[in-house]
Amino acid sequence: MSKVLNFTIDGVICMAEKGQTILNAATANKIYIPTLCNLPGLKPRGSCRVCNVKVNGKFLTACTTPVAEGMEIENNSEDIIDIRKSIIELLLVEGNHYCPYCEKSGNCDLQAIAYKYNIPAPRFPYQFPDRDIEATNGKLLKDHNRCILCKRCIRGIKDEDGKSIFAFKRRGHKVIINIDTRLSANMTDEMAQEAMDICPVGAIIKKEIGFKVPIGERKYDKEPIGSDIEEIKATTI
Amino acid sequence: MSKPIIATTSLAGCFGCHMSLLDIDERILELAELVEFNKSPINDIKKFTKKCDVGLIEGGVCNSENIHVLKDFRENCKILVSVGECAIMGGLPALRNNIPLRECLEEAYLDGPSVENNEERIIPNDEELPLILDKVYPCHEVVKIDIHLPGCPPSADMIYEALVSLITGKELKVPYEAFKYD
Ligand code: SF4
Ligand code: SF4
Repeated sequence: MSKVLNFTIDGVICMAEKGQTILNAATANKIYIPTLCNLPGLKPRGSCRVCNVKVNGKFLTACTTPVAEGMEIENNSEDIIDIRKSIIELLLVEGNHYCPYCEKSGNCDLQAIAYKYNIPAPRFPYQFPDRDIEATNGKLLKDHNRCILCKRCIRGIKDEDGKSIFAFKRRGHKVIINIDTRLSANMTDEMAQEAMDICPVGAIIKKEIGFKVPIGERKYDKEPIGSDIEEIKATTI
Repeated sequence: MSKPIIATTSLAGCFGCHMSLLDIDERILELAELVEFNKSPINDIKKFTKKCDVGLIEGGVCNSENIHVLKDFRENCKILVSVGECAIMGGLPALRNNIPLRECLEEAYLDGPSVENNEERIIPNDEELPLILDKVYPCHEVVKIDIHLPGCPPSADMIYEALVSLITGKELKVPYEAFKYD
């Protein structure tokens, strides 16, 4: 193991390898920090801001900030939770999120973080933006109503030459996700499933199969998001 | 001590949330012991006869009558609860929010596949009918709402626990599995 750094999260003593991000080090120390745009294995982008933590009194994104010796990190203080909640609430009103009929419901990271933080209703007014659903692709359906523009699909789904199958189209608040017709022509069923799974919300839906997992057995039906990372530390004293 | 008084209504909803309330099964007997019902479709009391402690609102706000009823509830209930996704965010009726109202009405009364016997191409517009709003609005964007119970519908357990906590003053603790948006 390379040089070991000592730091704390909410007063808990943790250890990290040099160069490790706060997020990865927290995970290694069994502490959950919520994320949406981040995906293990991909270069972090720091765009959704849900992983905000307070480092020595300053707000920083845990997915892009490397641990330094002696850092004192707050992950669960009131102001951080409020910032995270307000980001989730903004995302919920900014698009059109009709969870009752969304196929991703129960497996959706946005919804799961809202559950974790017990958000009964957003504090902001609903925008009801005018967005399209596109079903032209043979294997995938795109629902722009639910896209949070996290770029996980662009960064994670590539063809055998390493080219992204997804891309952003248009600019500013009109930006939407686009599937390259030529590159996606040979998409296998596995790749289509991978694209649906990589999307943290229900913006990419695999066609011809739906609501396969019954209510009660979906990813976040019984346990809050992050339960797999968190572990109640046994007090040995 | 007199019993706490509850009122309920369904605005632009499907009555599913009321069904979920009835889903508390035999606990309805306990509830009947604990509370008194005033204006509600359950007992068919049409007008408030006294001030209530808790008002349960199902459904969002889609027409002028909904606004009237919701304001009436706000005036007559100490605590107002948005029950279910439609009350909280408009729900399925709000799917029309991106379609111009004229188009919706034309589809419903003139051009839809199930339209029959409307040779004169009439869109109902009697002044007796409530005026339909441009959009379906969440209840808390029309009046102040004190508590939101999410779910489509919220589970019977959640509604029951919420009611018990409201009338006994105990803190509402919703178990993780019961807190859902679907
Ligand atoms: S993407 Fe997630 S938050 Fe949005 S409607 Fe679907 S389940 Fe709900
Ligand atoms: S489609 Fe999904 S993965 Fe792609 S940017 Fe939108 S939310 Fe992110």
